[in-house]
Amino acid sequence: METIKVIDSLHASLDLALPEVIMALGAMALMMYGVFRGEKSFSAVSWGAFGLIVVTGLSVMDLAANDITVRTIGFSGAFVVEPFSIFLKYLILAGSGAAVLMAMDFMKREKLARFEYPVLVVLATLGMMIMVSANDLISLYMGLELQSLALYVLAAFNRDSLRSTESGLKYFVLGAVSSGLLLYGCSLLYGFTGTTNFDALAKVAAGDLSGSAQMGLIFGITFLLAGLAFKISAVPFHMWTPDVYEGSPTPVVAFFAAAPKIAAMGLFIRVTVGLFPVSEGVEQPWQQIVVFVAIASMVLGAFAAIGQTNIKRLMAYSSIGHMGYALVGLSAGTKEGVDGVLLYMLIYLFTVTGVFVCILAMRRKEGMVEHISDLAGMSQNHKIGAFVLSMLFFSLAGIPPLAGFWGKLFVFLPAIQAGYILLVVIGALASVVSAFYYLRIVKIIYFDEPEGAFQPQPMALRLILAVSAIFTLGLTLFLQVPREWTSFAAGSLF
Amino acid sequence: MEIGLSQYLIVAAILFTIGIFGIFLNRKNIIVILMSVELMLLAVNINLVAFSSFLGNLIGQVFAMFVLTVAAAEAAIGLAILVVYFRNRGNIDVEDVNLMKG
Repeated sequence: METIKVIDSLHASLDLALPEVIMALGAMALMMYGVFRGEKSFSAVSWGAFGLIVVTGLSVMDLAANDITVRTIGFSGAFVVEPFSIFLKYLILAGSGAAVLMAMDFMKREKLARFEYPVLVVLATLGMMIMVSANDLISLYMGLELQSLALYVLAAFNRDSLRSTESGLKYFVLGAVSSGLLLYGCSLLYGFTGTTNFDALAKVAAGDLSGSAQMGLIFGITFLLAGLAFKISAVPFHMWTPDVYEGSPTPVVAFFAAAPKIAAMGLFIRVTVGLFPVSEGVEQPWQQIVVFVAIASMVLGAFAAIGQTNIKRLMAYSSIGHMGYALVGLSAGTKEGVDGVLLYMLIYLFTVTGVFVCILAMRRKEGMVEHISDLAGMSQNHKIGAFVLSMLFFSLAGIPPLAGFWGKLFVFLPAIQAGYILLVVIGALASVVSAFYYLRIVKIIYFDEPEGAFQPQPMALRLILAVSAIFTLGLTLFLQVPREWTSFAAGSLF
Repeated sequence: MEIGLSQYLIVAAILFTIGIFGIFLNRKNIIVILMSVELMLLAVNINLVAFSSFLGNLIGQVFAMFVLTVAAAEAAIGLAILVVYFRNRGNIDVEDVNLMKG
C-alpha cells in the first residue's frame, strides 16, 4: 500500500487546500462587509463567520470523503493533508464556531460589539488550519504567525480596559520571544540538513550524521519545541497563561483555551513523532524534553491552582496541567500514544468549552462576576446548571465514568508500555492534588450559603452547554466511536 | 583569517543572546523590548542567509524574506497594542505592567 501520495500540479494542490482557500476568501469578504457597514454590523458578521466556519467544515468533510486515507502532499511538499490533520481541523473548527457563538451576546452587553472580533477569530482559525497541515518549516512558521498575530489583538480586544490591554501586551511580548526561539530552531534545522521540508528532514535525520550535525539537530529541535511549548502553555513557558486568562474578555479566553492549543499540539506531534520517529528501544532526544515538560506542567498546574480565587485564573493553571497530561501520551512516541493525545484533546475541547459557558453565565444585575466565591450556593438557584458544572469539574479531575477519566487513561497506558513508569506515577499524584481544587469548587457550589441567582443565559449558550454536558456524561456509552476515529487519525502519521 | 560559516553563526548567536537578555533584564521601557525582539529575528536571518550561502541552496534566503515580512507585521501589531496600553495606563514603564500578578 502506498503511504505517501504527492500531488504535482498546482491546480490539484489548490483542491487539497480548498477549506483554507474558502476560509481566507471568506475572511476578506467579511472584513469588507464590516468596514462598509460600520459598527452596527457585528451580528451580521458574527453569523457570517459562523456560517463560514460551517462551510469550511463541510469542505473538510468533502475532502475526507474523497478518500484521503494516506499522507497527501501538495504545493511542492509544503502542505499535507491526511486523516490526522483532518481530525485536528474538525476540532479547531468546532472550537472556533463555539467561540463565535458564545461571544455574540456577551460582546453586545459589554459594549464590545465590534465586527473585528469574528473576523479575527476566522483569521486565527485559518492560521491554525495551516499549522496542522504544515509540511515545511516555512509553512509552519507562516501558519503559526497568522494565528498568533490575530490572537495578540484578540487578547487586547477590550481596548478601554487596562487589564485587557495589559494581558495583550504580555501575550505579545512573550509570544514574540517564543516565535524568535522557534525560528532560531528552524534556522538550525535548515542549516544542518539543508532542507526545510519535513519528509526530507526526517530522511536526513534518520541517516548517518556527523557529530556536529547531530548536535545541531538536537539544538534545533530543542529551540523549536521551546517555541511550541509556549503556544500550548506548557511549563517552563507558561508565564503568560494566568494573566492572559484573567485579563482578556471571557469569550476570547474560551477561544484561547481550546482551539489554539489543539493546533499547537498537532504541530508538536508532527515535529516530534513525524520528524524523529521512535524505533524500538532507542530513546530520541526529544522524548526527554517532552517528559520533563510534562512533569513540570502537571505539577505546576496542580499546585499553583490551589490558592486561586479568580475562576479564570484557576482555569489557566488547570489548562497548564492538562497540557502536561496530554504530553504524557506523546512522550511514549508510539501510535497508541498519539492516539491518546488526540482523544485527550477532543475531550478537553468539549469539557473546557462547557466550563467557559458556565463562566460566561456568571452574571448578576450589576455585571459579570468571576470569583470562585460567587458560585456559592449555585445549586439552590440553578439546579441543572450546578449539576452540569460539577460534572464538568469532576471530568476535569478525571473521575470515572466521566469523559476526563478516559482521556487520562489512554494517555497513561501508552506511557506505561513505553516504560515511563515514574512519569505516570507523578501524573497520577498530580491529578489527585488537582482533584482537591476541583472538588473545592463543587463543595462551594453545593454546600455554601447562596449568594443570589445569576441572570438567565441566551439560547446559544444553553445549546453549547448541552452538547458539552452530553458528551462529558455519556462518553462511556459511545467511547468506541471517538476511539476508532482517533486511532485512524493517529495511524496516518506512522 | 578566513571568515567561514562558524563566524557568521557566532555573530548570529551573540545577537540572539543580546536580544533575549534585552527582554529579560530590561527594567525601563517596553519599546526596548520591541527592539530586542527585532534583534532576535535579525539574528535568525543572519543564520538563514549564512547557511543558505554556504549550502548553496536558496531556501534559506526565501525563508529570510518571509521572516522579514512577518517581522514587519509583528512590529506593527506590537506598537498598536502598546498604543492602546499607553492610553489606559499613561506610561510604558516595564515595572508598571503589573496589574495582574504573574
